[in-house]
Amino acid sequence: MADYEPKIVGFLCNWCTYAGADLAGTSRMQYPPNMRPIRVMCSGAVDSVYILRALLEGADGVFMGGCHPGDCHYVSGNYKARRRMVLFNSVMQSLGLESDRVWLRWISAAEGRKFADTITEMTEHLQKKGPSPFKEKWEV
Amino acid sequence: MPNDECRLTGTQPPADAQSTIDNRQSKIPRVGVFVCHCGINIAGVVKIPELLERVGTMSGVVVTKDYKYCCSDPGQQMIRDSIKSDKLDRVIVACCSPTLHETTFRNACGEAGLNPYLCEIANIREQCAWVTADKDEATTKACGIVRTTLTKVVHDQPLEALTVPINKRALVVGAGIAGIQAALDIANAGYEVVLVEKEPSIGGHMAQLSETFPTLDCSQCILTPRTVETGRHPKIRLMTYSEIDSVSGYVGNFKVKVRQKARYVDFKTCTGCGACLEKCPGRTESWFERGLVRGKAIYRLLPQAVPNRPVIDAKACIYLTKGKCGVCAKVCPTGAIRYDDTDKFVEEEVGAIVLATGYELFDATKLGSYGVGRVPDVIDGLAFERLLSASGPTSGDVKRPSDGKVPKKIVFVQCAGSRDSTTGMPYCSKICCMYTAKQAILYRHRVHDGQATICYIDVRTPGKGFEEFYKRATDDGIQYLRGKVSKIFREGDKVMVWASDTLAGRKVELEADMVVLATAVVANPDGVALARKLKTQIDAHGFMTEAHPKLRPVETLTAGFFLAGCGQGPKDIPETVAQASAAAAKVLAMFGNTRLTHSPTTAEVDEEICVGCGYCERTCAYDAVKVDPARKKAAVNAALCEGCGACAVACPSGAMTHKNFTKKAIFEMADQF
Repeated sequence: MADYEPKIVGFLCNWCTYAGADLAGTSRMQYPPNMRPIRVMCSGAVDSVYILRALLEGADGVFMGGCHPGDCHYVSGNYKARRRMVLFNSVMQSLGLESDRVWLRWISAAEGRKFADTITEMTEHLQKKGPSPFKEKWEV
Repeated sequence: MPNDECRLTGTQPPADAQSTIDNRQSKIPRVGVFVCHCGINIAGVVKIPELLERVGTMSGVVVTKDYKYCCSDPGQQMIRDSIKSDKLDRVIVACCSPTLHETTFRNACGEAGLNPYLCEIANIREQCAWVTADKDEATTKACGIVRTTLTKVVHDQPLEALTVPINKRALVVGAGIAGIQAALDIANAGYEVVLVEKEPSIGGHMAQLSETFPTLDCSQCILTPRTVETGRHPKIRLMTYSEIDSVSGYVGNFKVKVRQKARYVDFKTCTGCGACLEKCPGRTESWFERGLVRGKAIYRLLPQAVPNRPVIDAKACIYLTKGKCGVCAKVCPTGAIRYDDTDKFVEEEVGAIVLATGYELFDATKLGSYGVGRVPDVIDGLAFERLLSASGPTSGDVKRPSDGKVPKKIVFVQCAGSRDSTTGMPYCSKICCMYTAKQAILYRHRVHDGQATICYIDVRTPGKGFEEFYKRATDDGIQYLRGKVSKIFREGDKVMVWASDTLAGRKVELEADMVVLATAVVANPDGVALARKLKTQIDAHGFMTEAHPKLRPVETLTAGFFLAGCGQGPKDIPETVAQASAAAAKVLAMFGNTRLTHSPTTAEVDEEICVGCGYCERTCAYDAVKVDPARKKAAVNAALCEGCGACAVACPSGAMTHKNFTKKAIFEMADQF
């Protein structure tokens, strides 16, 4: 597993985390290239099925970034995301699936460092865990 | 990723292209990908030739080109030419973040006849080249980002920007100096303004002040010409003693319901003679005088009030509470007293709203060791302003509250609740260093043999003439003592202050006749409540958040709301006035247009699928989705829809779609591995 590189799909909210990721770039903060960003308007617009789909189609982890609680550009979208994640995690756990492959983090437009650190941490975490078992399970 | 094959999966147009939701043309898309070098910012890390080659093999891509600076005129021309010569129906520009040049390239596409919403940005600078050192890794990641963007762009629909008409009237909430300035600027440009103030008269905190730093000109003298102008302005509709009940609608077309509190005085009949004020026996706390004197039940804030009409405090009025008295009605020469007055609701329609809700002082009783509330001679800065003010309860003589004696020693305590994350607020309140220096100077003007000591942590004087003013205070014999005050308590008729002198490295005990606390500036609680009601953003301390801290300092992220004054953060009068004029300029810039554009990436309903369950309606934070109960179908008001996409997720039947962020597109974007 020495050459194993985890694949992460990232759903970044347009107003906070995407801007935080831009700031990490502007500040030239290096982090592993394992995450593929998908810009969404709001973390509240990320359907749980997007996460499942990414996992089933080969991602080793899914990252979701939103505005801090109380700071949502759309008033309450991040609360919706948070509630959805609690439910999603409990479903994952009850099915015996690894819920720590899905991360939801609040990263503001001012937190470039936090963005770079979070992606680094997640990549290292998934490196330790090894490839996702999801995709193999679908081989009939 | 080493095993990345750069293949494009699932981006072919679906077989059911006639489906009502996904009705894009069934032909194979013709996508042009333009890779920007950004000088060496991208090209220095991402291997451009390799990227072009790999992108060129992706399904749907008919042309790939690169250029040193795509955002330059020749770069844009290259894209425009290619759209025509290569018959492109989709464009991807792989360059910097979409926040920088999405509009640039979309406009360029529009000029070449391509719908601007069929142009997408692949961010390979901020989120790839600048964060990845390894050239191979960066090239692979760039390739992945382009591929994800390609997946999106082939699903994108041509959209037309929505336009809505503008109601060219403005609402200004709060008539302190910020609201007054904004209202006057807008009104002087010829537009109507509704100015709403919760107090019976306008002027806000500035009307309480004695003199202003660093010029020491009288606050009343510079404020009253403005309040009078505001009161008389033909374009300003002044609504005092009123509060915002609700706001509905959207930028350009707000409906505002204003609650006019019961005044018990008919403003049209009243002449403001003041006979009632002299005779009223009812007593109450006076907000304006900061508790230094008891106010009357019928009152006006100050003799120069605009409008110069009193109101009755129903809780303190003997007639309204006990049914006896009625003195004011008896003495009123014009019969203006109306004991049967009730709250009235007034509806106003406006296009823009300026929020100038102002500040309050931090509740110093929370600073338990400072003796506020227990020691009568510990007062806050605004109370001391009232003592200094010629129109204040002592007519400008400095007399301490407990026994009316002239204090010979005053200790001023700075940062009382500011820069204190344990019991107070963590931020600097910005104005206290200067107003404390001013108050000490003014005290010495009034009491020539008085001794003033200022306990400070740091003295901050970043303003025009501020440092010179501070120097004037120190030269005047005012003692500055560097260190935090730990305790304030009463001993006999003295107030004792325990402080430290960090420069000498010792503890000090000061004996004073009176202590003035420079309490922290906090967001006005009514302003915080209003911000919550309007769903505009506030920070952790309740200050309203601007759209961008540097480049959009007076706008909010909610279109149509603008900020002025201390509701946005602590600031002094010149800064407040400047910000108010800036907010007015933004409102006027908006009023200069006939219609407003609105992003078309809104939600839309497929009525054939919708069963009217109403999940979308309950999810929407903007009341933009409504279910018609008769037809059992949801409908989106595109002008209200902010395009967050929450309803599309909530919809259990898949009837709701977020335009150009369809589930199908995001599914396929997530499939990229």
